[in-house]
Amino acid sequence: MNPILQLSPADWLNLFTHFLTLSVMSVGGAISTSSEMHRFLVEQHHWLSQEQFNQSIALAQAAPGPNVLFVALMGWHVGMNAGGTGAALFGVLVAMVGILTPSTIITYSAARWGHRNRDLRSVRAFSQGMAPVVVALLLSTAWILVSSVGHGGADWPLWIVAGISCLLMWRTRLHLLWLLGAGALLGAFGLV
Amino acid sequence: MNTAPPDRPRPASLSDLFLSFTVLALQGFGGVLAVVQREMVERKRWLSQEEFIEDWAVAQVMPGPNVVNLSLMIGGRYFGVAGALAALSGLLAVPLVLVLLLAVLHDRFGALPAVDGALRGMAAVCAGLIGAAGLRLAVSLRKHPLPRSWCAAIGALVFVLVALFKAPLAPVLLGVGGIACLLAWRRLGP
Repeated sequence: MNPILQLSPADWLNLFTHFLTLSVMSVGGAISTSSEMHRFLVEQHHWLSQEQFNQSIALAQAAPGPNVLFVALMGWHVGMNAGGTGAALFGVLVAMVGILTPSTIITYSAARWGHRNRDLRSVRAFSQGMAPVVVALLLSTAWILVSSVGHGGADWPLWIVAGISCLLMWRTRLHLLWLLGAGALLGAFGLV
Repeated sequence: MNTAPPDRPRPASLSDLFLSFTVLALQGFGGVLAVVQREMVERKRWLSQEEFIEDWAVAQVMPGPNVVNLSLMIGGRYFGVAGALAALSGLLAVPLVLVLLLAVLHDRFGALPAVDGALRGMAAVCAGLIGAAGLRLAVSLRKHPLPRSWCAAIGALVFVLVALFKAPLAPVLLGVGGIACLLAWRRLGP
């Protein structure tokens, strides 16, 4: 554990503007700016320990919900290091409002513009040209997710579970929660 | 963003949007995107496959997490700014509380092997779900203006670069995506 941090209002403001800036650069998701967060939070200011940084990403990835919640966990840990639960909740607020506000405004405006002008040749070329790219990105995400949750040894059971659930999801209307439950049980008993 | 065809299912209210996004967010272990496709396109039919791909292309090239962007666009399409915010907060509120609880438990009790295992198993299932969503959408590319072999080549190139060589996303989107857009632009020619 870190020693208790002393964070002045100026430090909080610095943290907030840092996340605001990263938000603008976060094409591909907040995770693509995580190396910059690491430089700022861990190396430069020592507001977060290396373990807290890693744990924030791993926990948000494992838990239900969007992966951007790793940013909330970073805010939480900075606040915890700075004094306790109240500061931690404030940290969550600072981090999440910072990382989401600029990108939300930019994307919403761009989407509205695109929708109004969707008959323009350039807008149609964009959405149709990007279609095969984004479909391939989805398949890549699946691949990367299986490789990243493995423990580095014999991971073939994970690939089998992923393959079977892929087939069932593709071909049947089975509810996702049944498969999630089965996956959880297999994992809890150490079978995958 | 409010020109959906009148005869198709749509969210009944802001709270319907909020709850729908809460429910789908809670099913997404390791990411929510594929659950959005399953719930919004296959189950609720608020979007067609093609609209999903189009919205998602925008969500992907804009800054911000892609599911967050997608939720904004889906909510905004039906209820403007209020809808965008309802969908966004549905996506984030309950999962945020859960992940904080998980962090507190993790700090207090350390990692439990059974819990870690369960999360790993659920992530594998979710990877399967993501793959299935990818396959379904790949099938919907049949109606694409580019020849099928071109689509396949573009897709294969992206997969190799991103999944196998771990290339950073921005240059792939700019490079391969840019070329694909140019090709589509020429095909759509006057």
